[in-house]
Amino acid sequence: MASSAATVTPARPRGRASLLQRAFSGDALARALTFLAAATLIVITALLVYELWLGSGESRAKFGFHFLASSTWNPVTEDFGALPFIFGTVVTSALALLIAVPFGVGAAIFLAELAPPKLSDGMTFLIELLAAVPSVIFGLIGIFVLVPALLVIVPPIKDAFGDNPPFFLSGPFYGVSILAAGVVLSIMIAPFIISVSREVLLAVPRDLREAALALGATRWETTWQVVVPYARRGIMGSVFLALARSLGETMAVTMVVGNNPHIVRSLLASGYSIAAIIANEFAEASGVHKSALIELGLVLFALTIVLNGAARLLILATAQKGASR
Amino acid sequence: MKLSFRRKAVNGVMLCLTGVCTVVAVGLLFFILGYLLVQGGASLSWNFFTKLPTPVGEMGGGMANALVGSAKVLLIATCLGVPIGFLAGVYLAEYAGGAFASVIRFITDLLNGVPSIVVGIFAYTIIVATTKQYSTLAGGCALGVMMIPIALRSTEEFLRSVPGSLREGAMALGATKSRTIVSVVIPAAIRGLISGMMLNLARVAGETAPLLFTALDNRFWSPGLNQPTATLPVVIYNYATSPYPELHQLAWAAGFVLLAMVLIINITARSIVASGFSHKTR
Repeated sequence: MASSAATVTPARPRGRASLLQRAFSGDALARALTFLAAATLIVITALLVYELWLGSGESRAKFGFHFLASSTWNPVTEDFGALPFIFGTVVTSALALLIAVPFGVGAAIFLAELAPPKLSDGMTFLIELLAAVPSVIFGLIGIFVLVPALLVIVPPIKDAFGDNPPFFLSGPFYGVSILAAGVVLSIMIAPFIISVSREVLLAVPRDLREAALALGATRWETTWQVVVPYARRGIMGSVFLALARSLGETMAVTMVVGNNPHIVRSLLASGYSIAAIIANEFAEASGVHKSALIELGLVLFALTIVLNGAARLLILATAQKGASR
Repeated sequence: MKLSFRRKAVNGVMLCLTGVCTVVAVGLLFFILGYLLVQGGASLSWNFFTKLPTPVGEMGGGMANALVGSAKVLLIATCLGVPIGFLAGVYLAEYAGGAFASVIRFITDLLNGVPSIVVGIFAYTIIVATTKQYSTLAGGCALGVMMIPIALRSTEEFLRSVPGSLREGAMALGATKSRTIVSVVIPAAIRGLISGMMLNLARVAGETAPLLFTALDNRFWSPGLNQPTATLPVVIYNYATSPYPELHQLAWAAGFVLLAMVLIINITARSIVASGFSHKTR
């Protein structure tokens, strides 16, 4: 291989011949080609933003910023507001984080601090496979397993509160609900929190653990008071990444959230999310309706960009802190 | 003494809890696998792979068209996403430096974070709105755009893991930079590159949202690239949300096939990388 490479380029003559030869040997061509590909990426991203901006023009002109504050969604009178969907997206994602963060960080602690390396690697492999399960499969499980299960589990809990349940448990319960969407989302984002947090925890210097243990701290105290605080920012980063993913998650939410375009106080009521309404109405929409849906897409895009940026910064900050030691 | 007991108890309980979290997470995977195997495996038959969907109420329908549709969409996506992502990854790992490289990396993260439904809107405005036609091509382009950032990142990562001494050795022998990359660096990283592309394919194979209003759906065969086509994930969604139990059974079967496909590609890809590393350390 190497000898054939050597025969391709004998000693370089000077001047124009060298330029010609360089082009002939494909060096300049290869550089130009790969540069073109990298530039294509920028063009595609710019085009994506431009198309969203252009497509939402009609809706932006008609509703202005009121779009973000209005809670009407009426395709018949062509009056559209994004608030119920932003609300539903935020609440389902917050609920998902509430469940997935303690759970995911717990599992990450076990995998990074306690499990023997072989077991930890094996388990992490399986958890990464869980992350690879397509969202429509989670939706399928959500509709046919989770929702019936919630219909059995939730009513007794609700009855335990008697006639005046707290507002988040009020109202009738039909299974498809904000709660169901939150639970499905939490299962989907937990693998991300687990695998990223595990990496971050494994990056914590060994001396810190040894110092804490030598001072007489128990295993848990070492983990909770020394290792986790050290890795705090990285774990926050994993949470932000998971949040960004859950905000944009479409199929599983669409299948179990109940598709009700109103702001609801109860977790047991059905709601809606930005991604879900786009999935449900985009193909049949036209005119202002379609434009409003594209604007919802723009809102979702902006939300996830901000979160992703924050996550990268946090993870970067932890990495630098680790490197400076 | 009392305090010490409390500390020990907290230690034991919390450590057990973390173990429980892990077992539950792994258990969920096996539950999903097992449930789909039981529900979907039972309704799998030869007809599923060879027949078109039958009208509701008639037995014996299949999803041959959705399987072929998915394959076509994925083929277009791969042809679009992998070359661009791969070449850009080569540029980033071997040529670029400084500010431009950071810009590309930033844009890659940005594009990678775009929700899949928004990519669907993009493909719709670019292709469906201009050709006035839902099509296989539009679905393929939507998934292709999603493949680019992942292909770029994995290419860059695996090329960077090739030791610099290999490059220097090739260049010392008089190879040009491009020749070095093609004959030395890429062959050295080939396992990683292939597994990266496989993982990429597995990820987009299950994507549903970008196909909903680009490839749409079709009860029949979709010849060529310019007509709406059924795809496995969209069919699962449509059947699962329909009111008919027969269709639910078909959705389970399709879900099982999709999940099996995705997991097999994943496991194969990961074992390719693993075997590559053990080979290197010897």
